[in-house]
Amino acid sequence: MNDWLTHPENWVFILIALPMLIAAWRSVTSRNVVHSVLFLVIALAASAALFLLLGAEFIAWSVVLVYIGAVIVLFLFGIMITRAPLGMETELSHSTQTKIGAALVAGALFALIAVTTIVGFGEQEIVANPTRTSEIGQSMFERFVIPFEVVSVVLLAALIGGIVLARRDPAAADDPTSRSLRAAPTANATAEGGDA
Amino acid sequence: MILGQFIILGGALFSLGVYGVLTRRNAVLVLLSVELMLAAVNINFVAFDIFARDATAGGQIFSLFIIAVGAAEVGIGLAIVLLIFRNRESANVDELDLMKL
Repeated sequence: MNDWLTHPENWVFILIALPMLIAAWRSVTSRNVVHSVLFLVIALAASAALFLLLGAEFIAWSVVLVYIGAVIVLFLFGIMITRAPLGMETELSHSTQTKIGAALVAGALFALIAVTTIVGFGEQEIVANPTRTSEIGQSMFERFVIPFEVVSVVLLAALIGGIVLARRDPAAADDPTSRSLRAAPTANATAEGGDA
Repeated sequence: MILGQFIILGGALFSLGVYGVLTRRNAVLVLLSVELMLAAVNINFVAFDIFARDATAGGQIFSLFIIAVGAAEVGIGLAIVLLIFRNRESANVDELDLMKL
């Protein structure tokens, strides 16, 4: 352990990992939704920093662009749009009983992962190995070209699916009865259904 | 650096994500915790790829795929949450009990 602390890169690792874990913890426990998303930004930025530490530069900048750039904006957009118009939701998490159960499950999972992988790989040395983007591109378009094409189809399907799901149906929007049925809360849906 | 420190960090992050998925009530925050789990998996993939010095950089390419699929998942997931919110005026996962007797 003393030997481990003498390497400067391990200090850099600790400087990245501690804020990352704290931000992740705050992100899953914070009572404010927007704070929760902003803590996720810190955790993801720290993971990008870890990738830089390991020498995986292309992945690091992909994480910054895709996650911090696009996914976080999507999350903030989702929060803005799903916030109930009347009053903020104060109860974001479940009761203490559920929290204890969840903490037990998460702790057991962590113990399982930690013990099995440490027994398997524990003390093996890992040396930062800068990977050039051209190597990743070469490999992606030779060895992994079919998964790459499949991912592009997945993205296209997600694009079309997202538009179809989130779009307001124009026919339903024109027709006042079906719109009120769709938008009505379940409690008075039956009453309005009676009128129609 | 030893491989264990990255595995422990990834495992801790994944467990925090599981805790978030189990405790959160708001559907958007459940999706956010899933993103945390995906980030943990990415760390493991890249660490093992650098450790193995794979000539095809397979671990890094698969973490790129995870990033792409994660982005698609967030897009679709948020569209579904939006649809549920529009129909039921709530993004609370406890209130989605239509299949309960």
